[in-house]
Amino acid sequence: MTRTSPGDQVLDQEFLPLRAKLLEIAATLDRIERAGGASDEDIRVEFIRQAISTLLRPDDDRAEQIQLLFSRPYDDEWQKKLLDVSS
Amino acid sequence: MYYIDPHIHMVSRTTDDYETLAKMGCVAVSEPAFWAGYDRGSAGGFRDYFEQLTSFEPKRAAAYGIQHYTWLCINAKEAENVALSREVIAMIPDFLERPGVLGIGEIGLNKNTSNEATVFLEHMELAVETDELMLIHTPHLEDKYQGTRMILDMLCGDSRVDRQRVVVDHVEEHTIRNVLDEGFWAGMTLYPVSKCTPARAADMVEMYGAEQLLVNSAGDWGPSKPTAVPDFVLEMRRRGHGESLIRRVVYENPLAFFEQCRRFVFTPPDVAERAGV
Repeated sequence: MTRTSPGDQVLDQEFLPLRAKLLEIAATLDRIERAGGASDEDIRVEFIRQAISTLLRPDDDRAEQIQLLFSRPYDDEWQKKLLDVSS
Repeated sequence: MYYIDPHIHMVSRTTDDYETLAKMGCVAVSEPAFWAGYDRGSAGGFRDYFEQLTSFEPKRAAAYGIQHYTWLCINAKEAENVALSREVIAMIPDFLERPGVLGIGEIGLNKNTSNEATVFLEHMELAVETDELMLIHTPHLEDKYQGTRMILDMLCGDSRVDRQRVVVDHVEEHTIRNVLDEGFWAGMTLYPVSKCTPARAADMVEMYGAEQLLVNSAGDWGPSKPTAVPDFVLEMRRRGHGESLIRRVVYENPLAFFEQCRRFVFTPPDVAERAGV
């Protein structure tokens, strides 16, 4: 009997939902193209490209990486700037 | 399985939702004060709201066998109005000793502005002075990481803050580690589009363990699912996790956090059953 790895078992469980989510992404991108495409100057287009590239990395923290990609940066000097205090 | 939703805005939900929650095993809800969908015009508006949260809503919940608890504050959106915020903060002590009040919340940041941070610090000062628990809202979407770091800076910058008595809510993959590493409780909110899913919350339980983790629906007047916590229960069972782990996250952890409030009174469902309540 072939033993499946735990990773294969997760893939077995998640394959169809994953396939559906990928189709949703593809269909949405197609919808944008049919509407004439988004402006290359729109930074969100670049974020989407980078997010899709992130998916192809063999990492185990891609969700976190994509979250940070879509996040405003943290400034550790913010208290000096916003609250007028010395850090 | 009995469960507690530690963050849900029942003032914005119908009694149909209370009935559904009761049928799904919800035995208690904790309702933070939040934005009404518009900016209130006066402190009087907040006084009426606090009255609703502390008097009427617990009765509505009780009709379905659900115990209702609440939190008081001026929310992060309306905190941009510092003058109004100070009036509301001054009024909060009038309501703090009412039955069911758990503490100050949901305070936090929205767009991470100077005014929001100022009002957050003043809420924090009140909570420290009155020895209250704090429930904290972290911003949405692109503002979440920056805002969470700012909130943690403010909390960690005050040595009087007992981190065990603070829950930082709406954590996601890029903020949960910071919150837990600093010793705070972390809430995962199962809310469509702008926050987490039951599957991603289950992932975070698997990665970080159940210690000091809560899950909630944050059901409100927008598209949201007040039964999101049962969805999380099902996802965990689907993955083969045991009932004791699931129960820890959805029932025991909320109780452990709330029990730190001196006013917290809770009747466990088995006791209620024996008493014929």
